[in-house]
Amino acid sequence: MSISASTTEAPPRRARKSALLRYWPLYPAFLFLGFFFLYPVILLLGLSFVDNQGALTGEHYSRLVASSTYLKVLMITLKIAGWTTVIAILAGYPVAYLLATVKTSTRNRLIIWVLMPFWTSFLVRTFAWIVLLGRKGALNQWLEALGLVDQPVAMIFNFAGVMIGMVHALMPLCILTMLSVMENIDTNLTKAASTLGARGGQAFWRIYFPLSVPGIAAGGMLVFITALGFFITPALLGGARETMIVQVIIFNIQEVLNWGFAGAIAVLLLVAVLIIFYLYDRLLGLSTLSGESSLAAQSSSRANPFSRLGKFLGGLFIEAMASICEKAGAFYDHIFPRKANRPSRRHSRRVIWGAGLAIIGFLALPALFIIPVSFTEAGFLSWPPEGFSLKWYEGVFESNVWFRAALRSFIVAIFAAFLGMCIGVPAAFLLVRQSFLGKAAVFAFLVSPIIIPNIIIAVSLFYLYSKLGLTGTTVGLILGHTVLAIPYVVITVMAVLKNYDVRLDQAAWTLGASKLKTLWLVTFPLVRAGMIAAFMFAFIISFDELTIALFVTGGEVTTLPKQMWDDALLRVSPTLAAVATLLLLFMSGVILGSEFLRRRSKQMG
Amino acid sequence: MEAEGHKLRTRNLRKTYGYVEALADASIKVSEGEFLTLLGPSGSGKTTMLMAIAGLNEPDSGDIWIDGKLATHLPSFQRDIGMVFQNYALFPHMTIFENIAFPLQMRKMDSGKIRESVGRVLETVKLPDLANRMPGELSGGQQQRIALARAFVYEPSIILMDEPLGALDKKLRDHLQLEIKHLHGALGITVLYVTHDQEEAMVMSDRICLMNDARIEQIGTPDELYFQPATVFAADFLGESNLMDGTVMKANRKEMVVSGPGETTIRGLHNPELKPGDKCKLMVRPECISVLNGKARSDNSIAGTLKDMIITGAVTKSFIELPGGGEIRTTELTRGPLATASLGQEIKLGWPSERTVILKAADPSS
Ligand SMILES: Nc1ncnc2c1ncn2[C@@H]1O[C@H](COP(=O)(O)OP(=O)(O)OP(=O)(O)O)[C@@H](O)[C@H]1O
Ligand SMILES: [Mg+2]
Repeated sequence: MSISASTTEAPPRRARKSALLRYWPLYPAFLFLGFFFLYPVILLLGLSFVDNQGALTGEHYSRLVASSTYLKVLMITLKIAGWTTVIAILAGYPVAYLLATVKTSTRNRLIIWVLMPFWTSFLVRTFAWIVLLGRKGALNQWLEALGLVDQPVAMIFNFAGVMIGMVHALMPLCILTMLSVMENIDTNLTKAASTLGARGGQAFWRIYFPLSVPGIAAGGMLVFITALGFFITPALLGGARETMIVQVIIFNIQEVLNWGFAGAIAVLLLVAVLIIFYLYDRLLGLSTLSGESSLAAQSSSRANPFSRLGKFLGGLFIEAMASICEKAGAFYDHIFPRKANRPSRRHSRRVIWGAGLAIIGFLALPALFIIPVSFTEAGFLSWPPEGFSLKWYEGVFESNVWFRAALRSFIVAIFAAFLGMCIGVPAAFLLVRQSFLGKAAVFAFLVSPIIIPNIIIAVSLFYLYSKLGLTGTTVGLILGHTVLAIPYVVITVMAVLKNYDVRLDQAAWTLGASKLKTLWLVTFPLVRAGMIAAFMFAFIISFDELTIALFVTGGEVTTLPKQMWDDALLRVSPTLAAVATLLLLFMSGVILGSEFLRRRSKQMG
Repeated sequence: MEAEGHKLRTRNLRKTYGYVEALADASIKVSEGEFLTLLGPSGSGKTTMLMAIAGLNEPDSGDIWIDGKLATHLPSFQRDIGMVFQNYALFPHMTIFENIAFPLQMRKMDSGKIRESVGRVLETVKLPDLANRMPGELSGGQQQRIALARAFVYEPSIILMDEPLGALDKKLRDHLQLEIKHLHGALGITVLYVTHDQEEAMVMSDRICLMNDARIEQIGTPDELYFQPATVFAADFLGESNLMDGTVMKANRKEMVVSGPGETTIRGLHNPELKPGDKCKLMVRPECISVLNGKARSDNSIAGTLKDMIITGAVTKSFIELPGGGEIRTTELTRGPLATASLGQEIKLGWPSERTVILKAADPSS
């Protein structure tokens, strides 16, 4: 009683001062993101309201509205992002379900394959699809050889190509988000339902599925938002009709040099994103995005017409699916009655395994097609590779350009990851360990660099750097990549810390260790695996980053992804396959190395 | 058929998880209306057994009959059983009403009837006002009662409960124990109950099935288990016991004579597994031992030095050291005959032969 009573009194001045000090772990993050993220973004958006002379004007917006082109592009963008989301959820759900319902050891083995596209470079994947699905690609060759088609089928450079590329790129994100929710669904619930008389399908639709909906929503949301900012995949795998809004922004900046208008389009994109977030919040509550407290959000039955409508339609859907399953199951049992003396056949399980493995194959295998192509003797990417030659590798190793690009990417990634850790880890500690007013807002701010489309950050930084003279410098690149690394570090470290038993720290304190000693001797060794993961995550984000590099390098210094992109725009040659293969090797090495480190520190923990 | 007359019967159930044998050779018979408790230390296979009966895991071999019908591989939803889970397993996205109505909906009852049944069962568990709350908004004890209500509402003929009171505090547990027992009596259902709390098992059960290391150690009434344990493990697990080493000297149909500690000769109940010359263990409950004053005689007697006395409340525990080493514990009502004795005093103890259980010495390996 006395403790709670004393907190209600106004804190004395000294206490207030120490309260300011208490939040020091947040300050580096605030300062950094404030200056390299918030400030330039505001600058860019501000540009859309002024004309060349710097006077206030609405001309950019009237131009935006006057022509139907831009609205059309926005619509196409929404359509592509929407379909990507739908397909990623539909295909990702069985995989997430499979992962959530197998043994832990099996799950860990499967997850590596699910994450494969996540780890293999963005561009590597895209080229793999060209090798696989192009007019002279592997699939068309096989189809023709089997006599199924007379002419090559156009599978890429159209809408289908964009879908394949984007779903492939984003589905792992969707699966992991759904999995994080599914893992927390008590396995006893479906068992309880079955003792209460529910058939397998009914138990799934009435119990498991509703509980997994927050995961679907959060995964879908992340995929949708990320998809809105895509431009690499549509540019390389799509046709002219699949132009997305980001491509228009790039065009306006690089070709027309109309910053104000580009800013206006960026505002349009941002507004679209915010509206979607708003609707999502009304429907499900933003708190579900982090994959937790979904039940609290549901039980406090948010009484707005939106969520009520959603609930109603959802209820109808579930009802329908459940009764279909029940009828089908009963019908099946009628034809093949259950035998009490023989183990029942678990067909449903087999179907899920089949579907899951097929989809995991879709995620993991395509990148491998790039390897044989890199040894071709032919002068272009074709299937099957002709002969065997190392000339493309020789070309890569002899050229200084590739080596320097790779070296710069490596240095930038190391520094960006390191800086991101220095800034993100203290903030993550504070966010997990303390509760304070506005915590949700602080979290939202720290992770907003992954919610705001990358292109907006890239263009904003370009504008800021041009004033600071940082354009075309390695430092500028590192700072830009750090902006992107911070959210990943914060999220990963927070996830690790949430599972950390604080009583261990308390035990150390009672045993006489100071706070610093405890941190060093108890906490860090136990969360080391998580820290390594966070660093690796940040490293790979930076190593694979193209958007920011595209702008802030100013065509002078170059990174590996940028060099590949420039090359691809000229001509998609086997050189790229060679580089991609080397990259694949390097990334696999990094992943295996970090997995090894993680396992080892886990064993010690 | 062989399963006739029993509500539930298992024969030689066996279940392994990889290399771990979680359940072996488990055969039980449960009569209609009986309250049978599976009791045993953690990891002894209680949950595994219950899950097999519920149809929630597939046994590797063995059979299960429910109501005389083979049910070994029937799916759960065709078994007419109710199950109460340790962590309640209330569906978090449904209200209390929807939770309890769920099994009735699965049985296609019409909604008027459902409303009526749910109302009635909520009355039974004394929580009539909670129908529209979410499970997360109830206390642990309330959730527990709702879980009971959900298992009772469709009147299954067998109810399985896996440590349903494990997460509750002592007072609430005592209260709910009586409530469950009362419900059991009132509804006449068959209950298979799991606990690792021996007191709970004693209070509630008609019979107890003691499990150890994936095997059934002994089945019997609480009284049988307590006074006639069949193994050293059973003697040790339930209540306090004095265990002494001995060697069988003579055996007749009713009695056995054993050489006990310190050159004593002790008479105890016959154990057909033993023959003269075998090593054995003698078991006497502390409360069966009394002080022999003056000329008083008893079937068995032994002398020792009083080392310590502890008053635990209504009973006092005494520790008596035997001359050849070893110790005997006794419990008697506080202010009983020993109250006047002083520490270090020589004391003669005695107990009747029908309270002396002679057990096979445990394998040295175990
Ligand atoms: N799903 C599983 N996978 C592997 N081993 C299991 C699994 N479930 C149980 N076991 C093992 O089987 C044995 C028996 O477990 P069981 O859960 O039946 O014990 P229990 O008697 O219910 O214990 P408790 O009182 O702790 O609940 C244990 O050794 C346990 O480790
Ligand atoms: Mg158990």
